[in-house]
Amino acid sequence: MTTMARKRDYSLVGESTRLAIETGLASAEWYHTDVPRKAMKELMQRSDEPAIRDTIIWLAAILGSAAGIVWFWGTWWVVPFLLVYGVLYGSSSDSRWHECGHGTAFRTRWMNDFVYHIASFMLMRNPVQWRWSHARHHTDTIIVGRDAEIAVMRPPDLLRAGLAFTGILDFRYSLPTLVRQAFGKLSDDEKSYIPEMEQGKAVVSARWHIAIYVVTIALAIALRSWIPLVLIGLPRLYGTWHMVTTGLLQHIGLADNVVDHRLNTRTVYMNPVSRFIYWNMNYHVEHHMFPMVPYHALPRLHELIKHDLPEPNPSMWHAYHEVWPVLLRQLKYEDFYLKRELPPTARPYRGQFHEVDMSAAAE
Amino acid sequence: MADWVEACAVDDVEEEDVIRFDHGGRSFAIYRSADDEFFATDGFCTHEKAHLADGLVMDDIIECPKHNGRFSYKTGQAKGAPVCVNLKTYPVRIEAGKVMIEIG
Repeated sequence: MTTMARKRDYSLVGESTRLAIETGLASAEWYHTDVPRKAMKELMQRSDEPAIRDTIIWLAAILGSAAGIVWFWGTWWVVPFLLVYGVLYGSSSDSRWHECGHGTAFRTRWMNDFVYHIASFMLMRNPVQWRWSHARHHTDTIIVGRDAEIAVMRPPDLLRAGLAFTGILDFRYSLPTLVRQAFGKLSDDEKSYIPEMEQGKAVVSARWHIAIYVVTIALAIALRSWIPLVLIGLPRLYGTWHMVTTGLLQHIGLADNVVDHRLNTRTVYMNPVSRFIYWNMNYHVEHHMFPMVPYHALPRLHELIKHDLPEPNPSMWHAYHEVWPVLLRQLKYEDFYLKRELPPTARPYRGQFHEVDMSAAAE
Repeated sequence: MADWVEACAVDDVEEEDVIRFDHGGRSFAIYRSADDEFFATDGFCTHEKAHLADGLVMDDIIECPKHNGRFSYKTGQAKGAPVCVNLKTYPVRIEAGKVMIEIG
Protein backbone atom coordinates (compact mmCIF):
# COMPACT_ATOMS: atom_id res chain seq x y z
CA MET A 1 0.00 0.00 0.00
CA THR A 2 1.42 3.40 -0.93
CA THR A 3 0.66 5.87 1.80
CA MET A 4 2.09 9.05 0.31
CA ALA A 5 1.53 9.28 -3.43
CA ARG A 6 1.80 13.06 -3.55
CA LYS A 7 4.41 15.53 -2.41
CA ARG A 8 4.60 16.02 1.33
CA ASP A 9 3.12 19.19 2.75
CA TYR A 10 4.61 19.81 6.18
CA SER A 11 2.25 22.63 7.09
CA LEU A 12 0.02 21.66 10.00
CA VAL A 13 -3.05 23.12 8.35
CA GLY A 14 -2.56 21.92 4.78
CA GLU A 15 -3.25 19.03 2.42
CA SER A 16 -1.21 16.45 4.33
CA THR A 17 -3.07 17.38 7.50
CA ARG A 18 -6.38 16.73 5.81
CA LEU A 19 -5.14 13.41 4.42
CA ALA A 20 -3.76 12.28 7.77
CA ILE A 21 -7.09 12.93 9.44
CA GLU A 22 -9.10 11.31 6.63
CA THR A 23 -6.98 8.15 6.50
CA GLY A 24 -6.94 7.64 10.26
CA LEU A 25 -3.23 8.33 10.65
CA ALA A 26 -3.92 11.26 12.97
CA SER A 27 -4.46 10.31 16.61
CA ALA A 28 -4.19 6.65 15.67
CA GLU A 29 -3.71 3.68 17.95
CA TRP A 30 -0.01 2.84 18.01
CA TYR A 31 1.78 -0.45 18.38
CA HIS A 32 3.07 -1.30 21.86
CA THR A 33 5.21 -4.19 22.96
CA ASP A 34 3.41 -6.24 25.58
CA VAL A 35 4.77 -5.52 29.04
CA PRO A 36 3.12 -7.02 32.13
CA ARG A 37 1.35 -4.37 34.19
CA LYS A 38 3.41 -5.20 37.28
CA ALA A 39 6.69 -4.64 35.44
CA MET A 40 5.42 -1.45 33.80
CA LYS A 41 4.23 -0.11 37.13
CA GLU A 42 7.70 -0.60 38.55
CA LEU A 43 9.32 1.08 35.56
CA MET A 44 6.96 4.06 35.71
CA GLN A 45 7.65 4.79 39.40
CA ARG A 46 8.86 8.33 40.01
CA SER A 47 11.69 9.33 42.24
CA ASP A 48 13.27 12.71 42.98
CA GLU A 49 16.70 11.38 43.88
CA PRO A 50 18.26 10.59 40.46
CA ALA A 51 17.14 13.89 38.94
CA ILE A 52 18.16 15.94 42.00
CA ARG A 53 21.61 14.34 41.87
CA ASP A 54 21.90 14.95 38.12
CA THR A 55 20.57 18.49 38.39
CA ILE A 56 23.04 19.41 41.13
CA ILE A 57 25.88 18.10 38.94
CA TRP A 58 24.40 19.92 35.94
CA LEU A 59 23.98 23.29 37.65
CA ALA A 60 27.37 23.04 39.38
CA ALA A 61 29.04 22.31 36.05
CA ILE A 62 27.19 25.23 34.42
CA LEU A 63 28.16 27.67 37.17
CA GLY A 64 31.73 26.34 37.34
CA SER A 65 32.30 26.62 33.60
CA ALA A 66 30.67 30.07 33.57
CA ALA A 67 33.10 31.16 36.29
CA GLY A 68 35.95 29.79 34.16
CA ILE A 69 34.73 31.83 31.18
CA VAL A 70 34.67 35.03 33.23
CA TRP A 71 38.04 34.29 34.85
CA PHE A 72 39.92 33.32 31.70
CA TRP A 73 38.18 35.73 29.32
CA GLY A 74 40.70 37.19 26.88
CA THR A 75 43.04 34.16 27.02
CA TRP A 76 43.05 30.85 25.14
CA TRP A 77 42.31 29.09 28.42
CA VAL A 78 38.72 30.20 28.00
CA VAL A 79 38.16 27.74 25.12
CA PRO A 80 37.61 24.52 27.12
CA PHE A 81 35.28 26.37 29.46
CA LEU A 82 33.30 27.67 26.50
CA LEU A 83 33.07 24.14 25.13
CA VAL A 84 31.74 22.74 28.40
CA TYR A 85 29.43 25.66 29.16
CA GLY A 86 28.12 25.76 25.60
CA VAL A 87 27.17 22.08 25.56
CA LEU A 88 25.60 22.23 29.01
CA TYR A 89 23.61 25.34 28.12
CA GLY A 90 22.85 24.74 24.46
CA SER A 91 22.53 20.93 24.37
CA SER A 92 21.88 19.29 27.72
CA SER A 93 19.09 21.79 28.30
CA ASP A 94 17.16 20.02 25.54
CA SER A 95 16.96 16.73 27.41
CA ARG A 96 16.10 18.55 30.68
CA TRP A 97 13.39 20.47 28.86
CA HIS A 98 12.13 17.20 27.40
CA GLU A 99 12.06 15.04 30.51
CA CYS A 100 10.70 17.77 32.77
CA GLY A 101 8.09 18.61 30.13
CA HIS A 102 6.88 15.04 30.34
CA GLY A 103 6.88 15.40 34.12
CA THR A 104 8.88 12.20 34.53
CA ALA A 105 12.31 13.47 35.65
CA PHE A 106 11.27 14.29 39.21
CA ARG A 107 8.44 12.90 41.27
CA THR A 108 7.71 16.38 42.64
CA ARG A 109 5.79 18.49 40.16
CA TRP A 110 7.30 21.89 41.01
CA MET A 111 10.81 20.52 40.49
CA ASN A 112 9.86 19.39 36.98
CA ASP A 113 8.34 22.81 36.27
CA PHE A 114 11.33 24.70 37.69
CA VAL A 115 13.90 22.89 35.53
CA TYR A 116 11.51 22.92 32.55
CA HIS A 117 11.33 26.72 32.57
CA ILE A 118 15.10 27.18 32.99
CA ALA A 119 15.78 24.74 30.14
CA SER A 120 13.13 26.30 27.90
CA PHE A 121 14.77 29.68 28.35
CA MET A 122 18.21 28.28 27.52
CA LEU A 123 16.79 26.75 24.34
CA MET A 124 14.90 29.91 23.32
CA ARG A 125 11.74 27.84 23.34
CA ASN A 126 8.42 29.20 24.41
CA PRO A 127 7.60 26.83 27.30
CA VAL A 128 3.86 26.88 26.63
CA GLN A 129 4.07 26.47 22.86
CA TRP A 130 6.62 23.68 23.05
CA ARG A 131 4.74 21.73 25.68
CA TRP A 132 1.86 21.48 23.24
CA SER A 133 3.99 20.84 20.17
CA HIS A 134 5.64 17.97 22.00
CA ALA A 135 2.30 16.49 22.99
CA ARG A 136 1.42 16.52 19.29
CA HIS A 137 4.78 14.93 18.47
CA HIS A 138 3.87 12.03 20.73
CA THR A 139 0.34 11.71 19.39
CA ASP A 140 1.37 11.82 15.74
CA THR A 141 5.06 10.97 15.65
CA ILE A 142 6.44 11.79 12.16
CA ILE A 143 2.95 11.96 10.68
CA VAL A 144 3.32 14.54 7.91
CA GLY A 145 0.96 17.46 8.37
CA ARG A 146 0.45 16.70 12.04
CA ASP A 147 3.83 16.44 13.79
CA ALA A 148 5.25 19.89 14.60
CA GLU A 149 8.71 18.53 15.43
CA ILE A 150 9.92 16.82 12.27
CA ALA A 151 13.61 17.78 12.17
CA VAL A 152 14.47 16.69 8.62
CA MET A 153 11.70 16.81 6.08
CA ARG A 154 11.62 15.02 2.72
CA PRO A 155 13.27 15.46 0.35
CA PRO A 156 16.01 16.26 2.84
CA ASP A 157 17.68 19.67 2.73
CA LEU A 158 21.23 18.51 3.49
CA LEU A 159 22.66 22.03 3.69
CA ARG A 160 20.04 22.92 6.24
CA ALA A 161 20.69 19.71 8.19
CA GLY A 162 24.43 20.49 8.19
CA LEU A 163 23.89 24.07 9.35
CA ALA A 164 21.74 22.77 12.18
CA PHE A 165 24.93 21.68 13.95
CA THR A 166 25.98 25.33 14.21
CA GLY A 167 22.68 26.40 15.72
CA ILE A 168 22.43 29.28 13.22
CA LEU A 169 19.13 28.23 11.67
CA ASP A 170 17.50 27.38 14.96
CA PHE A 171 18.67 30.70 16.41
CA ARG A 172 17.28 32.54 13.39
CA TYR A 173 13.95 30.77 13.91
CA SER A 174 13.72 30.78 17.69
CA LEU A 175 14.53 34.39 18.52
CA PRO A 176 12.24 36.02 15.92
CA THR A 177 9.52 33.55 16.92
CA LEU A 178 9.76 34.67 20.55
CA VAL A 179 9.70 38.33 19.46
CA ARG A 180 6.63 37.72 17.29
CA GLN A 181 4.88 35.86 20.11
CA ALA A 182 5.82 38.59 22.59
CA PHE A 183 3.87 40.99 20.36
CA GLY A 184 0.87 38.70 20.75
CA LYS A 185 1.01 37.01 17.34
CA LEU A 186 0.75 33.24 17.10
CA SER A 187 1.04 31.56 13.70
CA ASP A 188 -1.72 29.38 12.25
CA ASP A 189 0.44 26.30 12.83
CA GLU A 190 0.93 27.25 16.49
CA LYS A 191 -2.79 27.87 16.92
CA SER A 192 -3.46 24.42 15.46
CA TYR A 193 -1.89 22.68 18.47
CA ILE A 194 -2.03 25.25 21.31
CA PRO A 195 -5.56 25.27 22.79
CA GLU A 196 -7.18 28.70 22.82
CA MET A 197 -7.20 28.86 26.62
CA GLU A 198 -3.39 28.41 26.62
CA GLN A 199 -2.52 30.92 23.89
CA GLY A 200 -2.44 33.90 26.25
CA LYS A 201 0.04 32.07 28.48
CA ALA A 202 2.28 31.50 25.47
CA VAL A 203 2.37 35.26 24.81
CA VAL A 204 3.21 36.05 28.45
CA SER A 205 6.03 33.47 28.46
CA ALA A 206 7.52 34.95 25.30
CA ARG A 207 7.48 38.40 26.91
CA TRP A 208 9.42 37.14 29.93
CA HIS A 209 12.07 35.57 27.71
CA ILE A 210 12.45 38.68 25.59
CA ALA A 211 12.66 40.86 28.72
CA ILE A 212 15.61 38.81 29.99
CA TYR A 213 17.39 39.15 26.64
CA VAL A 214 16.81 42.92 26.64
CA VAL A 215 18.34 43.17 30.13
CA THR A 216 21.28 41.00 29.03
CA ILE A 217 21.97 43.19 25.99
CA ALA A 218 21.69 46.31 28.14
CA LEU A 219 24.16 44.82 30.61
CA ALA A 220 26.60 43.97 27.81
CA ILE A 221 26.41 47.55 26.54
CA ALA A 222 26.76 49.03 30.01
CA LEU A 223 29.77 46.85 30.82
CA ARG A 224 31.18 47.20 27.29
CA SER A 225 31.66 43.42 27.39
CA TRP A 226 30.60 40.38 25.36
CA ILE A 227 30.55 38.21 28.47
CA PRO A 228 26.83 38.63 29.33
CA LEU A 229 25.89 37.55 25.79
CA VAL A 230 28.40 34.71 25.74
CA LEU A 231 26.77 33.42 28.93
CA ILE A 232 23.12 34.14 28.02
CA GLY A 233 21.79 33.60 24.52
CA LEU A 234 24.85 32.89 22.39
CA PRO A 235 25.42 29.36 23.79
CA ARG A 236 22.33 28.54 21.71
CA LEU A 237 24.73 28.95 18.79
CA TYR A 238 28.06 27.59 19.91
CA GLY A 239 26.82 24.84 22.21
CA THR A 240 24.01 23.29 20.24
CA TRP A 241 26.05 20.75 18.26
CA HIS A 242 25.69 17.89 20.76
CA MET A 243 21.91 18.28 20.91
CA VAL A 244 21.74 18.10 17.11
CA THR A 245 24.19 15.19 16.88
CA THR A 246 22.12 13.07 19.23
CA GLY A 247 18.68 14.47 18.45
CA LEU A 248 18.79 14.14 14.67
CA LEU A 249 19.22 10.40 15.04
CA GLN A 250 15.87 10.02 16.76
CA HIS A 251 13.89 9.71 13.52
CA ILE A 252 16.03 10.71 10.52
CA GLY A 253 15.87 8.43 7.47
CA LEU A 254 13.20 6.20 8.99
CA ALA A 255 9.57 5.81 7.96
CA ASP A 256 6.96 8.53 8.12
CA ASN A 257 3.19 8.10 8.25
CA VAL A 258 3.31 4.84 10.19
CA VAL A 259 1.85 3.93 13.58
CA ASP A 260 4.66 1.77 14.93
CA HIS A 261 7.57 3.49 16.69
CA ARG A 262 9.83 0.60 15.72
CA LEU A 263 9.58 1.88 12.15
CA ASN A 264 10.03 5.61 12.66
CA THR A 265 12.24 5.90 15.72
CA ARG A 266 15.79 4.82 16.48
CA THR A 267 17.58 3.57 19.58
CA VAL A 268 21.34 4.14 19.55
CA TYR A 269 23.88 2.99 22.14
CA MET A 270 25.92 5.97 23.32
CA ASN A 271 28.86 6.70 25.57
CA PRO A 272 28.18 7.62 29.24
CA VAL A 273 28.99 11.33 28.78
CA SER A 274 26.54 11.71 25.91
CA ARG A 275 23.97 9.75 27.86
CA PHE A 276 24.31 12.16 30.79
CA ILE A 277 23.96 15.15 28.48
CA TYR A 278 21.07 13.46 26.66
CA TRP A 279 19.49 11.94 29.78
CA ASN A 280 19.18 8.49 28.19
CA MET A 281 17.02 9.67 25.29
CA ASN A 282 19.19 7.47 23.09
CA TYR A 283 16.64 4.80 24.11
CA HIS A 284 14.22 6.60 21.90
CA VAL A 285 11.98 3.80 20.65
CA GLU A 286 11.44 2.83 24.25
CA HIS A 287 10.67 6.44 25.21
CA HIS A 288 8.10 6.89 22.45
CA MET A 289 6.42 3.59 23.14
CA PHE A 290 6.21 4.24 26.88
CA PRO A 291 6.62 7.97 27.59
CA MET A 292 5.65 7.43 31.24
CA VAL A 293 8.96 5.73 31.99
CA PRO A 294 11.50 8.16 33.52
CA TYR A 295 14.89 8.60 31.88
CA HIS A 296 16.72 6.71 34.60
CA ALA A 297 14.55 3.60 34.04
CA LEU A 298 14.93 3.52 30.24
CA PRO A 299 17.95 1.15 30.25
CA ARG A 300 15.86 -1.35 32.26
CA LEU A 301 12.92 -0.91 29.89
CA HIS A 302 15.27 -1.47 26.97
CA GLU A 303 16.44 -4.78 28.44
CA LEU A 304 12.82 -5.83 28.94
CA ILE A 305 11.55 -5.16 25.42
CA LYS A 306 14.58 -5.33 23.15
CA HIS A 307 13.46 -8.75 21.88
CA ASP A 308 10.62 -6.94 20.12
CA LEU A 309 12.64 -4.03 18.68
CA PRO A 310 15.09 -3.63 15.81
CA GLU A 311 18.72 -4.05 16.84
CA PRO A 312 19.95 -0.68 18.18
CA ASN A 313 22.76 1.09 16.35
CA PRO A 314 25.93 0.32 18.29
CA SER A 315 27.18 3.93 18.08
CA MET A 316 26.29 7.37 16.77
CA TRP A 317 28.92 6.94 14.06
CA HIS A 318 27.28 3.69 12.96
CA ALA A 319 23.85 5.33 12.87
CA TYR A 320 25.03 8.26 10.72
CA HIS A 321 26.93 5.87 8.45
CA GLU A 322 23.72 3.91 8.01
CA VAL A 323 21.49 6.90 7.40
CA TRP A 324 23.68 8.91 4.98
CA PRO A 325 22.95 6.75 1.87
CA VAL A 326 19.25 6.85 2.76
CA LEU A 327 19.26 10.65 2.74
CA LEU A 328 21.04 10.69 -0.61
CA ARG A 329 18.42 8.31 -2.02
CA GLN A 330 15.63 10.48 -0.65
CA LEU A 331 16.94 13.43 -2.68
CA LYS A 332 15.70 11.64 -5.80
CA TYR A 333 12.92 9.56 -4.34
CA GLU A 334 11.43 11.00 -1.23
CA ASP A 335 9.31 7.96 -0.37
CA PHE A 336 12.44 5.92 0.27
CA TYR A 337 13.23 5.13 3.89
CA LEU A 338 15.26 2.77 6.00
CA LYS A 339 13.11 -0.15 7.06
CA ARG A 340 14.88 -1.71 9.99
CA GLU A 341 14.78 -5.48 10.37
CA LEU A 342 13.09 -7.00 13.39
CA PRO A 343 14.63 -9.91 15.27
CA PRO A 344 12.88 -13.30 14.97
CA THR A 345 11.55 -12.85 18.51
CA ALA A 346 9.61 -9.71 17.57
CA ARG A 347 5.99 -9.36 16.57
CA PRO A 348 5.92 -8.42 12.87
CA TYR A 349 5.09 -4.97 11.56
CA ARG A 350 1.43 -4.51 10.71
CA GLY A 351 0.75 -4.10 7.03
CA GLN A 352 -1.72 -1.24 7.21
CA PHE A 353 0.04 2.11 6.74
CA HIS A 354 3.41 0.38 6.83
CA GLU A 355 4.10 -0.95 3.35
CA VAL A 356 5.38 1.74 1.03
CA ASP A 357 6.19 0.72 -2.53
CA MET A 358 9.84 1.70 -2.92
CA SER A 359 10.48 -0.05 -6.24
CA ALA A 360 11.01 3.28 -8.01
CA ALA A 361 13.90 3.98 -5.65
CA ALA A 362 15.83 1.06 -7.11
CA GLU A 363 15.88 2.64 -10.55
CA MET B 1 -32.99 6.20 39.43
CA ALA B 2 -29.44 5.27 40.39
CA ASP B 3 -27.90 2.56 38.25
CA TRP B 4 -25.29 0.70 40.28
CA VAL B 5 -23.20 -1.93 38.48
CA GLU B 6 -20.58 -4.33 39.72
CA ALA B 7 -17.23 -3.26 38.33
CA CYS B 8 -14.85 -5.77 39.89
CA ALA B 9 -13.89 -7.52 43.09
CA VAL B 10 -12.03 -5.51 45.71
CA ASP B 11 -8.99 -7.73 45.31
CA ASP B 12 -8.84 -7.15 41.56
CA VAL B 13 -7.23 -3.76 42.15
CA GLU B 14 -3.91 -3.46 43.92
CA GLU B 15 -3.30 -0.61 46.34
CA GLU B 16 -2.35 2.63 44.55
CA ASP B 17 -3.34 1.20 41.19
CA VAL B 18 -6.07 1.33 38.56
CA ILE B 19 -7.88 -1.15 36.32
CA ARG B 20 -10.17 -0.85 33.33
CA PHE B 21 -13.88 -1.64 33.43
CA ASP B 22 -16.05 -1.65 30.30
CA HIS B 23 -19.83 -1.64 30.49
CA GLY B 24 -22.62 -0.86 28.03
CA GLY B 25 -20.26 0.52 25.40
CA ARG B 26 -18.57 2.80 27.91
CA SER B 27 -15.21 2.52 29.56
CA PHE B 28 -14.28 3.39 33.13
CA ALA B 29 -11.21 3.42 35.34
CA ILE B 30 -11.46 1.96 38.85
CA TYR B 31 -8.88 3.16 41.38
CA ARG B 32 -7.74 1.92 44.75
CA SER B 33 -5.86 4.52 46.75
CA ALA B 34 -2.92 3.89 49.07
CA ASP B 35 -5.29 4.25 52.03
CA ASP B 36 -7.59 1.59 50.59
CA GLU B 37 -10.39 3.77 49.24
CA PHE B 38 -12.00 3.12 45.85
CA PHE B 39 -12.83 5.67 43.15
CA ALA B 40 -14.13 5.60 39.59
CA THR B 41 -13.74 7.93 36.62
CA ASP B 42 -14.29 7.87 32.89
CA GLY B 43 -11.75 5.54 31.35
CA PHE B 44 -10.35 7.77 28.66
CA CYS B 45 -8.25 10.88 29.09
CA THR B 46 -10.09 14.10 28.18
CA HIS B 47 -7.12 15.23 26.08
CA GLU B 48 -6.82 12.36 23.62
CA LYS B 49 -8.07 8.83 23.44
CA ALA B 50 -5.72 7.02 25.79
CA HIS B 51 -7.00 4.72 28.51
CA LEU B 52 -6.10 5.84 31.99
CA ALA B 53 -5.92 2.25 33.22
CA ASP B 54 -2.52 2.07 31.51
CA GLY B 55 -1.37 5.11 33.48
CA LEU B 56 0.34 5.67 36.78
CA VAL B 57 -1.37 6.25 40.12
CA MET B 58 0.61 8.49 42.47
CA ASP B 59 -0.98 9.75 45.68
CA ASP B 60 -4.37 11.06 44.48
CA ILE B 61 -3.20 11.58 40.89
CA ILE B 62 -3.75 9.48 37.77
CA GLU B 63 -1.25 10.26 35.04
CA CYS B 64 -2.25 9.52 31.47
CA PRO B 65 0.09 7.08 29.69
CA LYS B 66 0.14 9.02 26.44
CA HIS B 67 1.08 12.62 27.31
CA ASN B 68 1.49 12.44 31.07
CA GLY B 69 -1.57 14.62 31.63
CA ARG B 70 -2.56 14.53 35.30
CA PHE B 71 -5.95 14.40 36.99
CA SER B 72 -7.07 14.01 40.57
CA TYR B 73 -8.89 10.69 40.37
CA LYS B 74 -10.78 11.64 43.52
CA THR B 75 -12.31 14.84 42.11
CA GLY B 76 -11.63 14.53 38.38
CA GLN B 77 -9.85 17.89 38.38
CA ALA B 78 -7.39 18.40 35.51
CA LYS B 79 -4.04 19.43 36.96
CA GLY B 80 -2.55 21.30 34.00
CA ALA B 81 -1.33 21.00 30.41
CA PRO B 82 -1.78 19.01 28.33
CA VAL B 83 -5.07 18.24 30.03
CA CYS B 84 -7.50 21.15 30.39
CA VAL B 85 -10.88 19.42 30.74
CA ASN B 86 -11.84 17.72 34.00
CA LEU B 87 -12.50 14.01 34.17
CA LYS B 88 -15.98 12.75 35.04
CA THR B 89 -16.11 10.84 38.31
CA TYR B 90 -18.66 8.30 39.55
CA PRO B 91 -19.85 7.35 43.04
CA VAL B 92 -18.42 4.09 44.35
CA ARG B 93 -19.49 1.78 47.15
CA ILE B 94 -18.28 -1.61 48.34
CA GLU B 95 -20.76 -4.45 48.74
CA ALA B 96 -19.75 -7.94 49.85
CA GLY B 97 -16.24 -7.59 48.47
CA LYS B 98 -17.42 -6.09 45.19
CA VAL B 99 -16.73 -2.61 43.86
CA MET B 100 -19.98 -1.05 42.70
CA ILE B 101 -20.14 2.15 40.67
CA GLU B 102 -23.11 4.35 39.89
CA ILE B 103 -23.13 5.07 36.19
CA GLY B 104 -26.64 6.38 35.80
